[in-house]
Amino acid sequence: MSTGRDSETTFEEDSQPNDEVVPYSDDETEDELEDQGPAVEPEQNRVNRETEEKRETFKKDCTWQVKANDRSFHEQPQFMNTKFFCIKESKYSSNAIKTYKYNAFTFLPMNLFEQFKRAANFYFLVLLILQAIPQITTLAWYTTLVPLLMVLGITAIKDLVDDVARHKMDKEINNRTCEVIKDGRFKTAKWKEVQVGDVIRLKKNDFIPADILLLSSSEPNSLCYVETAELDGETNLKFRMALESTHEHLQREHSLAAFDGFIECEEPNNRLDKFTGTLFWRNMSFPLDADKILLRGCVIRNTDFCHGLVIFAGADTKIMRNSGKTRFKRTKIDYLMNYMVYTIFVVLILLSAGLAIGHAYWEAQVGNYSWYLYDGEDATPSYRGFLNFWGYIIVLNTMVPISLYVSVEVIRLGQSYFINWDLQMYYPEKDTPAKARTTTLNEQLGQIHYIFSDKTGTLTQNIMTFKKCCINGQIYGDPRDVSLHSHSKIEQVDFSWNTYADGKLAFYDHYLIEQIQTGKESEVRQFFFLLAICHTVMVERIDGQLNYQAASPDEGALVSAARNFGFAFLARTQNTITISEMGTKRTYHVLAILDFNSDRKRMSIIVRTPEGNIRLYCKGADTVIYERLHPMNPTKQETQDALDIFANETLRTLCLCYKEIEEKEFAEWNKKFVAASVAPTNRDEALDKVYEEIEKDLILLGATAIEDKLQDGVPETISKLAKADIKIWVLTGDKKETAENIGFACELLTEETTICYGEDISSLLHTRMENQRNRGGVYAKLIPPVHEPFFTPGENRALIITGSWLNEILLEKKTKRSKILKLKFPRTEEERRMRSQSKRRLEIKKEQQQKNFVDLACECSAVICCRVTPKQKAMVVDLVKRYKKAVTLAIGDGANDVNMIKTAHIGVGISGQEGMQAVMSSDYSFAQFRYLQRLLLVHGRWSYIRMCKFLRYFFYKNFAFTLVHFWYSFFNGYSAQTAYEDWFITLYNVLYSSLPVLLMGLLDQDVSDKLSLRFPGLYVVGQRDLLFNYKRFFVSLLHGVLTSMVLFFIPLGAYLQTVGQDGEAPSDYQSFAVTIASALIITVNFQIGLDTSYWTFVNAFSIFGSIALYFGIMFDFHSAGIHVLFPSAFQFTGTASNALRQPYIWLTIILTVAVCLLPVVAIRFLSMTIWPSESDKIQKHRKRLKAEEQWKRRPSMFRRGASSRRSAYAFSHQRGYADLISSGRSIRRKRSPLDAIIADGTAEYRRTVES
Amino acid sequence: MTWSATARGAHQPDNTAFTQQRLPAWQPLLSASITLPLFFCVGLAFIGLGLGLYYSSNGIKELGYDYTGYPGTSNCSLCATAGRGRSPPPACSCAWYFTLPELFQGPVYLYYELSNFYQNNRRYGVSRDDAQLSGLSSALRHPVNECAPYQYSAARLPIAPCGAIANSLFNDSFSLWHQRGPGGSYVEVPLDRTGIAWWTDYHVKFRNPPLVNGSLALAFRGTAPPPNWHRPVYELSPDPNNTGFINQDFVVWMRTAALPTFRKLYARIRQGNYSAGLPRGAYRVNITYNYPVLGFGGQKSVIFSSISWMGGKNPFLGIAYLVVGSLCILTGFVMLIVYIRYQDQNEEDEDEE
Repeated sequence: MSTGRDSETTFEEDSQPNDEVVPYSDDETEDELEDQGPAVEPEQNRVNRETEEKRETFKKDCTWQVKANDRSFHEQPQFMNTKFFCIKESKYSSNAIKTYKYNAFTFLPMNLFEQFKRAANFYFLVLLILQAIPQITTLAWYTTLVPLLMVLGITAIKDLVDDVARHKMDKEINNRTCEVIKDGRFKTAKWKEVQVGDVIRLKKNDFIPADILLLSSSEPNSLCYVETAELDGETNLKFRMALESTHEHLQREHSLAAFDGFIECEEPNNRLDKFTGTLFWRNMSFPLDADKILLRGCVIRNTDFCHGLVIFAGADTKIMRNSGKTRFKRTKIDYLMNYMVYTIFVVLILLSAGLAIGHAYWEAQVGNYSWYLYDGEDATPSYRGFLNFWGYIIVLNTMVPISLYVSVEVIRLGQSYFINWDLQMYYPEKDTPAKARTTTLNEQLGQIHYIFSDKTGTLTQNIMTFKKCCINGQIYGDPRDVSLHSHSKIEQVDFSWNTYADGKLAFYDHYLIEQIQTGKESEVRQFFFLLAICHTVMVERIDGQLNYQAASPDEGALVSAARNFGFAFLARTQNTITISEMGTKRTYHVLAILDFNSDRKRMSIIVRTPEGNIRLYCKGADTVIYERLHPMNPTKQETQDALDIFANETLRTLCLCYKEIEEKEFAEWNKKFVAASVAPTNRDEALDKVYEEIEKDLILLGATAIEDKLQDGVPETISKLAKADIKIWVLTGDKKETAENIGFACELLTEETTICYGEDISSLLHTRMENQRNRGGVYAKLIPPVHEPFFTPGENRALIITGSWLNEILLEKKTKRSKILKLKFPRTEEERRMRSQSKRRLEIKKEQQQKNFVDLACECSAVICCRVTPKQKAMVVDLVKRYKKAVTLAIGDGANDVNMIKTAHIGVGISGQEGMQAVMSSDYSFAQFRYLQRLLLVHGRWSYIRMCKFLRYFFYKNFAFTLVHFWYSFFNGYSAQTAYEDWFITLYNVLYSSLPVLLMGLLDQDVSDKLSLRFPGLYVVGQRDLLFNYKRFFVSLLHGVLTSMVLFFIPLGAYLQTVGQDGEAPSDYQSFAVTIASALIITVNFQIGLDTSYWTFVNAFSIFGSIALYFGIMFDFHSAGIHVLFPSAFQFTGTASNALRQPYIWLTIILTVAVCLLPVVAIRFLSMTIWPSESDKIQKHRKRLKAEEQWKRRPSMFRRGASSRRSAYAFSHQRGYADLISSGRSIRRKRSPLDAIIADGTAEYRRTVES
Repeated sequence: MTWSATARGAHQPDNTAFTQQRLPAWQPLLSASITLPLFFCVGLAFIGLGLGLYYSSNGIKELGYDYTGYPGTSNCSLCATAGRGRSPPPACSCAWYFTLPELFQGPVYLYYELSNFYQNNRRYGVSRDDAQLSGLSSALRHPVNECAPYQYSAARLPIAPCGAIANSLFNDSFSLWHQRGPGGSYVEVPLDRTGIAWWTDYHVKFRNPPLVNGSLALAFRGTAPPPNWHRPVYELSPDPNNTGFINQDFVVWMRTAALPTFRKLYARIRQGNYSAGLPRGAYRVNITYNYPVLGFGGQKSVIFSSISWMGGKNPFLGIAYLVVGSLCILTGFVMLIVYIRYQDQNEEDEDEE
């Protein structure tokens, strides 16, 4: 049965008019749609209700009311929400933000409550309670309380430190100042005092304290430029514009103080780009949208001052609504560890139950008849057994390591600090160190299988540099001197002749300079003139230096290049552009700007030269330009060849052309243009059409080639990571061609790679689906999934797929219409059943398809997804996470990567580039992509090895310690007698055995960082979970069990008959306990010594220190003095001194330790000799490798230009500022006094339309 | 890989050995040159130690007699059957006769051994009040709850010493008689009953409550002896330094044993003619049979033993050392063979690489 039929039938059935207003943005997929509508609801009801809703929509949505300059308005009772019984709180938050969790009074109870929510802590609390029951208490109360208090204490201190930091941050932010109208005047106020309805004034470079409605600004038309880097990561300026009437009337302080507007708008939400509301003022109403709102977190730029009305404050602001909700990530080891703790818990219960049964039996056989054991209670053996069950739960509780979780946290924290401290991940140019923002994921860094990388800003620097050009068919840009000879080594072109040069451009073709200076070829000058005039860049003068502000980095690069070559764009007014042409200033009259958009892929400008000629200059993608060229263009073919060459060198290309326009022709066209620009409907389309009319018969000037500079060391890093068996997927919003270019540039793709595209794999997947369906049929689930590769193995394949193909393949197609119709209430039971069945079938199919896709993609050595939305990025990550069960890492720098960063197991943000959003939501951040290799191959690997060693040892140590009780119980009537002194049990985990293993977890390294980087193959142990898995866990447990047996039975043999050398019988319980405890401490501390492969003095100190500490404390606790003070608490008086005086006991201890450790040494030696691991081998030859490194320094890799690929052309560009012009509003030339910050201001720029 | 320290950024991490994880360290490897000698040396050392232990253990003489008195086994069976049950039997004596053909090299120690007696049972082990035993008056009057049901007597008087351990004090007594010649009279061998407890126990852990008017009996007034005891604690011995809580038999008993079969020192024989040991001749041990063990299937013995540097007779350690030592040597050889065999192979592997 085909599943497609279902949706079709539904579609036909419901051709009646239906709800079309469901918001359906590009990012939404079926799943979301389904959540939106009520699934079961009679249709008639719904329709009725909706009509009502529509009527009330406006009122209902706009329930947020703000009155300007009227604080008492917002304190009215109807705005109060009842919080508890009688405590009322205003629904308007104050502007003070609160990110901290505790204050002085709530810290203790809340923190304790939170800690006891963790299972382990709760378990120990239960134990504590059990211990308080006299019938079953087998251990003194302090044995659990002291370790628990220490664990709670350490965690509480950590929380406290975190919270104090938050308090400080909050305080710093809340105490920032701005100007607020109070009593009719602007007064400086702290941010926390700002309230909804206040009118505030902000100056240039101020942070915006709250979400405010822009009322007016110092700029004409109340334009206000903001930088939104903190919100969306985009550094280019955005402009906001106030309402006309507020702009007119609210410039003065007194008028602002008298402002009494009333605003109704939507409730606070987290949509950054949406705002709807209405301003009621002077008996008029004005609609408000997001263009008039300045959001908290943005910075005012290029605007002297502006005035605004606070609408949302503090927690209601959009940035605050967006923060929070970070997904809590846990590592694979965390999950494993939890399962292991559960396993141990089950073992604990089984052991206790067995021993309890043993006790019941023993009581029936022996205990009941032993008069000396009479305890006055006539309990039956089975009841005693039951009590002993709990008694053993208490005695054996140390099998579940109490300090495990806190030690793990401490180790991870330490690892995080090592990451923060690493100088080799510190980027001096931006003064950015690496930062582990999440401290709980470190060992996961050693297990990464898949890396999902963003392109722009991550692999590339997002810096465009003008590299080459083709003018009139001649290619310039390769290093050569004036005499046309190309040299391998040639110095940079000297731009000092040009006063406007910024000195940042590195260019090596001296011939081009000569061409410009001599002016032999007019096209060369024309070419750079075009670059200087045809753009939407704005210019600013800072300290006499020109500073360009471009909408896209490409454009900036081109204009800067023109400037360096002698055609400096100096200033623009609304209708003129001033350019310095080889030193002479000329002003051009701008007649029209035909702005860029993604359909047109070109922009043009029409200017009138001082001589009076009208010219059109145009630049754009080669495909669109070539269509519009005049047929008689001599250099067409040469330029085309040049474009191919540029593309092969992974450069981004643009074509430049111009044409002369007759006065008459222009006048005619201008009429149409003006008409189109005021068209009431479809203005954009109309304009595009008009543009099309004039952009034809163009004359080709040449082409530019811009390098999208890769970050340093990207290809090397990628090849290193590939050697470590890590697969790298590039996910980018860029176009296919750009992405492919970068793929080649960073050597992810090579000449040998066979590239598959979406259409190729779609058919592959389709046949696979068919096969699976035919084979499986009804019994699909019974047949074990066979893994058959999609491709012939051994071939190097890469997959390049676009977002739309992804949707197509993964059945995420927009089936909007049929989906909505499906919301309809099913009429009969049968129908409902059918529907759910088909839905299920669809889901199964989808799942199968997704699984197939992931399988296929994972067979490719590289995957590049282009044109994907942020949501798709996250979806791809999620697919791999789900179907490959592999550990994923996502790395990105922009707001569009946030989703993916949050989805992946580990998110890495590139810091110091654009905004902060990616970094804020990431787990690790650093400045350069190349640091990723050090993060994974060094820090990740070390952390993984350390954590695994730590866990293995920890479980071993606790089993060795605890199970001695178990063996002892066979000799004491299963009576839950402990084999150690209570104080020893108390301190074992916290003092005697914790420090060495903690230090190992912090400092251990099997091979040095250099060797780790040199042999990426070492990394695979983490990916394959080789060092810590269930097998390793059980081996550790077995080791612990065997150790505990040795620890018990050798002293047992020695104690069977023994007497001391002075005839006194040391076979007493207390000496026995001391003997075992001493042997245990020495054994476990020496064992950690064996496990430590990197012995620093701290390790040595801690190991011997722990043993010394044990003996020191023991002798203290067994001393006469402490017995006199606390006779009941310290019962082992004199035991240590009496027992350890006996050579016999020392001989026993030595034998025990030797029997515990020697087999370990032997087994390790044998396995190292017979099956040496990669790391063993490298360690063995450490010295030789180090020596090699001395004389075999890596030669610098230089592999460029060897490719002979054919690629299409890339064009990265965004819509420029020209839409300021097309917004079409009358402009009065009324400028507030303003030092020429923007040379002649952008405001005049707007005039162009009217002219 | 170089970072110049010319212009230090504000956020630049410190370049120290610790922060850069470059602490000087020793990276030991379990190489053959360490492991093999280790095993051979340890093996040899252990064998040496084992031989020493074994021979010194063998050199120790031990002479014991099980006087539990299972029916028909000895002349103590009469007392044993009489004393069946929980209530203490009337004083009954029996004797053990033995002859030494040669000198029993001294110093000789007299032990009693109980088996199947669970002094290490948890309930039993906690049933004591260390505060009371260290002479605190308040604890004397108010024994801890752990002592129950031997906390207060039927007359609601606090029991001193309280608890099950004290209540089950071993109360058989032994005397040793020596017949020098055949048919001669038996002479009592002096048994040194003091100094059998640890110094710390006798001086620190166990203290009598402060004397009242110079009398220990008054100090214990208002307390009751444990129900099984025939006399109050202050009458355990006529010697004022060996009575009350510091009675050495009591102190020795209160140091509970680790295992259900245990020996406790009863006396030393080191006085008079017997300081060098027990001379040859016939001996008789008079046993006052008070302590019931048949009820729980226990056994009791009386044992004479001499002592060496390593304590009493115990072959276990010696044998264990010998076994472990030999295994070390054996393992050493196995490792040597494996090492030689795989050394070549590994090198070949590397050559291939």
